[in-house]
Amino acid sequence: MSDGSSHAREMALLGTPRARVRFAIALAALVALPFVATPFQLDLANQVLLASIGALALMLLTGFAGLISLGTAGLLGAGAYTVGVLVREIGAPFWVTLPAAAALGAALGLVFGLPSLRLRGLYLAISTLGLHFVVVYLGGEYEARSTLSTGVMIDSPSIGGWTLSSSRAWYFVLLAFSALALLVSVNLQRTRTGRAWRALRERDIVASALGIDVQRFKLMAFMVSATMTAVAGALFAYFRNFVSIDAFSLYLTVQYVAMIIIGGMGSIAGALLGAGFVILFPYAIEAIAGYLPARFGNTVFALDYAAFGVVMILFLLLEPGGLIGILQRTGRGKNGSKTSSGIAS
Amino acid sequence: MSLQLVANVVVLTAIYALVSTGYVLVYRVSRVLNLAHGELMMVGAYLLVATAGMFSGDPLLALLLAAICGLVMGIVVYVVLMRWMTGEAVLAAVLITIALGILLRGLSILIWTTQQFYPAAIFGWHNPPVKVAPGVQISAASLAMVVLTIVVYGGLFIFLQFTRWGVRMRAAGQNPLLAEQRGIRLHGVYAFAWGLSTFTAALAGMLLALDSGVESTMATIGLKAFPAALVGGLDSLLGAAIGSAIVAAAEIAAIQYVNPLLSDVVPFVVLLIVLAIRPWGLFGSREQLDRV
Repeated sequence: MSDGSSHAREMALLGTPRARVRFAIALAALVALPFVATPFQLDLANQVLLASIGALALMLLTGFAGLISLGTAGLLGAGAYTVGVLVREIGAPFWVTLPAAAALGAALGLVFGLPSLRLRGLYLAISTLGLHFVVVYLGGEYEARSTLSTGVMIDSPSIGGWTLSSSRAWYFVLLAFSALALLVSVNLQRTRTGRAWRALRERDIVASALGIDVQRFKLMAFMVSATMTAVAGALFAYFRNFVSIDAFSLYLTVQYVAMIIIGGMGSIAGALLGAGFVILFPYAIEAIAGYLPARFGNTVFALDYAAFGVVMILFLLLEPGGLIGILQRTGRGKNGSKTSSGIAS
Repeated sequence: MSLQLVANVVVLTAIYALVSTGYVLVYRVSRVLNLAHGELMMVGAYLLVATAGMFSGDPLLALLLAAICGLVMGIVVYVVLMRWMTGEAVLAAVLITIALGILLRGLSILIWTTQQFYPAAIFGWHNPPVKVAPGVQISAASLAMVVLTIVVYGGLFIFLQFTRWGVRMRAAGQNPLLAEQRGIRLHGVYAFAWGLSTFTAALAGMLLALDSGVESTMATIGLKAFPAALVGGLDSLLGAAIGSAIVAAAEIAAIQYVNPLLSDVVPFVVLLIVLAIRPWGLFGSREQLDRV
């Protein structure tokens, strides 16, 4: 590509030879991983990949557009329940359920986003919290109506005679989906939409003075983010072969919010790091709990809650830039995307 | 609507009203939304379990001691945690309270497990039903909750309106800069507001525990009181009381006439309606909206 104009080079995602080499190494490592990892490690990798889709979606909304949402668990649940209901009621295949989940996500994003036209900051967070409870209620109501006390079982998706069930196959599917989410995020950030969102985040009045259609871009942020989240929820349903409304508690929302805080607000790489951190954290606690007296070993989840609360507090108090902020300060993340100044208000 | 139903609404109103004072106090003074309030209420209830174990023969002493611990708890939370968030983005402060809530939830399970405790049983008290009108019964602890809520509202009104610290608190809420220049120590006022907030929350938690026991899910009740505070207007005590009545009536009606599963969602539906029509609440001041 020696003939590339300077503009084409500027716009290329991998502009320099070094970037291309690094990308090739990372890709090779990601492809090789399922062949060297133990089944347990592979399951962890799958969980991280799945979480990274939701974390990227929330980062687009909160980190880029500055719109606060406490609705992630509700949206994940909505996606998962779309799969559950469609599979159970009409036996729909995945190529029906996934687009349906995406469509429902976009519609819910519009609904979740409508309050943002009148409300800012805290009040917006509260209205999305209210919608969370509505979605969870509807899911619980469906379970109660259809006398499913425990949840909905879902078969693995299949194409022709081949069924997607092995961890290794799931790894590549989830890798493809999270790569797609990453590509969407990176590209949105670089386009007019991303710049409009950043203007909104800093000050929406100035943004409107600059000719940015504030309402349109706010709703768009909610819809893009909610669509990605709902698709992640649908994948979650197939991945676990099971949907139960208990999985979509407020704690799940807090975990996703923690991912973007701990990773580093306003950074795409931060969303990925944060997803890894939050998913692996309970396993680290479990490993540590093995050395503690049995009294604590019996309530590992409580220990996990407490430790998670402490870690979140420490990041908020001491390192608002998150893991990316730490990396940048120590110099290893020089080329990472720039973080914004902490948390948008 | 039977009289018994009215009595149920009054009791639930009292619960929400007592808990929502804490949201209002902290928000009015420092513009912080405390999403750990439900957990703090639950810890208040557990404090009673702890003091009841020590002074099972003297319920009043146990109650008093637990209430004082509740007051101290709020001051400690402010001094250790929230003090550092003064002047930070409002959202960061809210996220800190969410993290605190998770921490408290984990700690309380580590200390008290997930088992249900009945402090009333430790005192050997049976919480007898009381006849408040012909054919209408509520438990003694519920009656105490209603009375206590009225007392607390009266006390807070006198405190905020007429006492020196109350005036300071209102001044700090209205204009922190001016208040500080007039020699009011903001950190002291904020810490005191947090203490009062957890004090009232602990009272509510203790009475709920006396009525129906305490377990790790009690924090949900505290979160459901939040819509009540917001419906009334986050910076108005009178609004909190009326918002509590609205939310409680809607909730009881939904449980009675529609579907018991609606219990958890109705307060938030009311909240969404209010946010759509009148985001600053029934009695809140309108200027607050742009500050958040």
